[in-house]
Amino acid sequence: MSQTDTLEHFRLEVSDGVATVVIDRADDDLNTLDPSLMEDFLAVLDRLENDASISAVVITSAKPDFLAGANIKWFSELTPETGTEAIRAAHAAFDRLERLHTHRGKPVVAAIHGACLGGGNELALACSYRIATDDPKTRLGQPEVQLGVIPAGGGTQRLPRLIGIAPALDLILTGKTVDARRAHRLGLVDEVVPPKLLAEVARRRAKELVGRGRPAKKPRLRDRLDPAGLQKLALETNPVGQHLLFQQARKKLLEETKGNFPAPEKALEAMRVGFHKGLRAGYDAEARFFGELVASPESKALRSIFFATRHKPDTTGARKVGKVGILGGGLMGSGIATVSALRAQSLVRVKEVDPAAAARAKAYVAKVLAERVRRKRMRPFDAEQVQLRITTTTDWSGFADVDLVIEAVFEDLELKRQVLREVESVVPPETVFASNTSSIPIAQIAAASSRPENVVGMHYFSPVEKMPLLEVVVTDQTSKEAEATAVAYGLAQGKTVIVVNDGPGFYTTRILGPYSAEAFHLLSEGASVEDIDQAIEAWGFPVGPLRLADEVGIDVGAKISVVLVDAFGDRVAPPRAMENLVAADRKGRKNRKGFYAYDESGKRGGVDATVYADLGIEPTGHISRTEIQERITLAMINEAARCLEEGVLRSAEDGDIGAVMGLGFPPFRGGPFFWIDQQGARRVVERLRALEERLGPRFTPAEILVEAAESGRSFR
Amino acid sequence: MSATVNGRRVAIVDGLRTPFAKAGTDLADATTLDLSTAVVTELLARTGLDPSLVDRVVFGSVVQDVHAPNIAREIVLATPLPDTVDAYSVTRACATSTQTTIDAAQAILLGDIDVAIVGGADSLSNPPVTFSPEFVDVMMAAQAARDLPTRLTILSRLRPRDLAPNPPAIADRSTGETMGQGAEKMARDWGITREEQDRFALESHRRAVEAWEKGVYDAEVMPFAVPPRYEKVVERDTLPRADTSLEKLARLKPAFDRRYGTITAGNASPLTDGAAALILMEEQTARRLGYEPKAIIRSYATAAVDPRWQLLIGPALATPVALDRAGLTLEDIDVIDIHEAFAAQVLAVRRAFASAEFARQHLGRDEPIGEIPNEKLNIYGGSISLGHPFGATGARQLLTMANELVRRDRGTALVSQCAAGGLGATVILER
Repeated sequence: MSQTDTLEHFRLEVSDGVATVVIDRADDDLNTLDPSLMEDFLAVLDRLENDASISAVVITSAKPDFLAGANIKWFSELTPETGTEAIRAAHAAFDRLERLHTHRGKPVVAAIHGACLGGGNELALACSYRIATDDPKTRLGQPEVQLGVIPAGGGTQRLPRLIGIAPALDLILTGKTVDARRAHRLGLVDEVVPPKLLAEVARRRAKELVGRGRPAKKPRLRDRLDPAGLQKLALETNPVGQHLLFQQARKKLLEETKGNFPAPEKALEAMRVGFHKGLRAGYDAEARFFGELVASPESKALRSIFFATRHKPDTTGARKVGKVGILGGGLMGSGIATVSALRAQSLVRVKEVDPAAAARAKAYVAKVLAERVRRKRMRPFDAEQVQLRITTTTDWSGFADVDLVIEAVFEDLELKRQVLREVESVVPPETVFASNTSSIPIAQIAAASSRPENVVGMHYFSPVEKMPLLEVVVTDQTSKEAEATAVAYGLAQGKTVIVVNDGPGFYTTRILGPYSAEAFHLLSEGASVEDIDQAIEAWGFPVGPLRLADEVGIDVGAKISVVLVDAFGDRVAPPRAMENLVAADRKGRKNRKGFYAYDESGKRGGVDATVYADLGIEPTGHISRTEIQERITLAMINEAARCLEEGVLRSAEDGDIGAVMGLGFPPFRGGPFFWIDQQGARRVVERLRALEERLGPRFTPAEILVEAAESGRSFR
Repeated sequence: MSATVNGRRVAIVDGLRTPFAKAGTDLADATTLDLSTAVVTELLARTGLDPSLVDRVVFGSVVQDVHAPNIAREIVLATPLPDTVDAYSVTRACATSTQTTIDAAQAILLGDIDVAIVGGADSLSNPPVTFSPEFVDVMMAAQAARDLPTRLTILSRLRPRDLAPNPPAIADRSTGETMGQGAEKMARDWGITREEQDRFALESHRRAVEAWEKGVYDAEVMPFAVPPRYEKVVERDTLPRADTSLEKLARLKPAFDRRYGTITAGNASPLTDGAAALILMEEQTARRLGYEPKAIIRSYATAAVDPRWQLLIGPALATPVALDRAGLTLEDIDVIDIHEAFAAQVLAVRRAFASAEFARQHLGRDEPIGEIPNEKLNIYGGSISLGHPFGATGARQLLTMANELVRRDRGTALVSQCAAGGLGATVILER
């Protein structure tokens, strides 16, 4: 006997006393939460509560995801008040869901396949029992903080009560997601099954639970005795221990966020309130905090970056890349080889000068893979397969069938031209040649080519396997197909890709120029190394400009600086004294001699005070943190505006993605253009004019900024 | 006339091997499978052969990895070869990769397949070590026990001596003789002196060293980065010695028969790690895909004798058959590569080739097979100087000979091995 109810976003079938609720959004390929879905859900609850023929419930999905969380577009319509209100409504609905079992004796089983995130996970938490499939697409978690909000559908309350405070903090404060197996170990799901068995097992469990309470997870002896189990016993079960736990978590969090990310702090606070003052107070805190956060500039900025990165460049006409040739097996070449074999799953041929150098590329990949195996993110056999996609050579053997060549040789125009000519003599005519130069204009390299339409730039960031951005650089000769091939391959490598037009330093390296130069100006005016780096890190960059110079290599930076000064003149020139650094053989981390001191093993210590003598200056510390922040960040932002003005950037959105994903521009500020819009172009121009008056024409505002200030037009 | 069925002939298109190194030294961290996957992957990369065109992989090793008994299939699954490539493994002791070649060649001749990868490998650094039957019995019983007390009772039956692992067998199961003892017997039967053997070994090293100096091996040996860390790279064979001499060889003690023996570590092939692989194609397929065959397989033959008689005489029985099938005499062959298990064995085989009496008694022929001139035999060294990873040796010899025919641009080459159990195999190539 079965009976079917159809709402817009749900189907409800009752058979043999078990109601199966199928989430199936009418207007999307994915299930997401928003008011229209919630409205239907309330109707579903009415039926589940009142229909006496229903004795148990299974909730599942007809989409590839279970329920991927709130619809983020809906967030932008919310004010603090409507946001809080929406959360209170969600609380009421999830409470009714929970009470189906506790008050009406109708157990509810969540049958989870695919993404079960954010509000989706919170819905599952309100169920009596959770079954997840062992499919790799099944992921569970509370990623809300990554968008500047908190899990507010009861997540900060139900999750720690289900899996323990410390594991819940780990999930909620980082926003990371877990697969079914890990979720099972955490106690987040009760059972893991193969996808084919999900429906059947869910129905069986729902029936079995009728007449029984919510199942309590019986901790095994082994789990009680492991470190997490012991911590739970010692801290989590008593108020003093809980207090200590939250205090530690808060301290650690602030060290990492420097107070720039309000969301995790608020999530932590909501959890603390819940344990300190009880569930109701916890829910109340969730609702208030969500309202505040959803309308905050930080969340808006994070959401704008999220949307921007989902918008992918055009790949129409891209050629298939089955085999890629990489020239140079250094840090960059090895990193590119890693993502090519691991993510893009293509065959990789690395060319180096001798077998030992070539083997270093294999060793690099092996290290990355070993770490993934150690962390159980990969099976040893899969790692072996990836490793075996990579071969090395010292001649041109194995290049006759490559679809794409990426050169990562030493940063020298003549060398790059020479390898380009050699490549073109051994590869098929349609093979795309990409240079991984970080500053040399692609057109200058392509000048040596007999097929300049196949030449592009593919500018990766180090370490390649960790840094998300790829900047594809096209000249006015680059063909659409070559561009699309580079973009599609970057996407296959798991990169966020922006396409920019050719020019010295392209976009990312170019805006880093004035940023670094301004740090050097401040240094020569008497600001200390730590003042500068700390000011910029407090503004939200992950590392300050001088630490960055050490990491990149001061010598490399000086070379790039020459290219930029040649093209753009004094505006991007560092003060003369900086030449002394190179003369004093300060290269940064690589020779353990830079702005900072390094020990034998290469571990960074404090500032190397002898750097001031090399520069012939003495730090006076009279320059304020705000001035440091304003000068360095405006130098970058103004240059970004010039890139848009000159057409290096195709859109302001690309400019924001590039700065955030490639240079560590604070994501909660949304990127240079989002930030200009938030501040108002008029205000930005005013500040630049003031600096121009005091410090000279390097702060002359970009034309496009002045126009925007006058017209009131926004960039994003 | 070469091996032809319905106009189909078998071409050796290309090949590659790892450097060979004495077991327990430079390649010790690599397993047999590591050596095999590296050589197959690099061979595919160098030739640019589309992996999906490979119909079959036939591979083998002698000391088998218990975790990967069908090594050929493991190679397919781990390397960029598609999972749909058929694969099986064979073993024929030291003639293993000759047999993989013959197997694939037959399938090509019959029209079953067009493209095959064949070869073999062994890591003598990683032999499987087994437990005593007593230990195995107890462990199986303990595993079957239903509860802890029963399990403990069963386990308590173990005695310390049961825990001693069994080293891998060296002696032949049927004869109880080691390979070296078999070779000693052949030396005695054919009257081969210690000095003759040492001279042969010395010449083997001299030729191997010279071949490396002349670059003969550059294109056929890949630099091997040793997994799992890939930090150490082995670029050349490590066994050939430029610094050895008759005096040094003469000082070595006999290894198998302390009192009357003539075989030493110096005039025998060492335990070695390494791998070798070849690409075989039906000739027209090779040309259609743009590959110029290095050599064509003209004929092959295998043989077996009573191992208690002359354990390593196999080449003297297989070769006349292969020559007959090729329609050639030994004099027609331009270059010969006979596996050097022991100097004594090569020298004995050579005498048997030249002996009319041997021909009458054992081959049923009036004429001897023929004399093997020095300048045709093992011209670039052999298993004594290059090393002998059991499974890889046949493919190593075929590869070097195919490349030699390319250098000479025409001619015939003969490759032969003796193998444990009284086996022998011979392949004749032409270009």
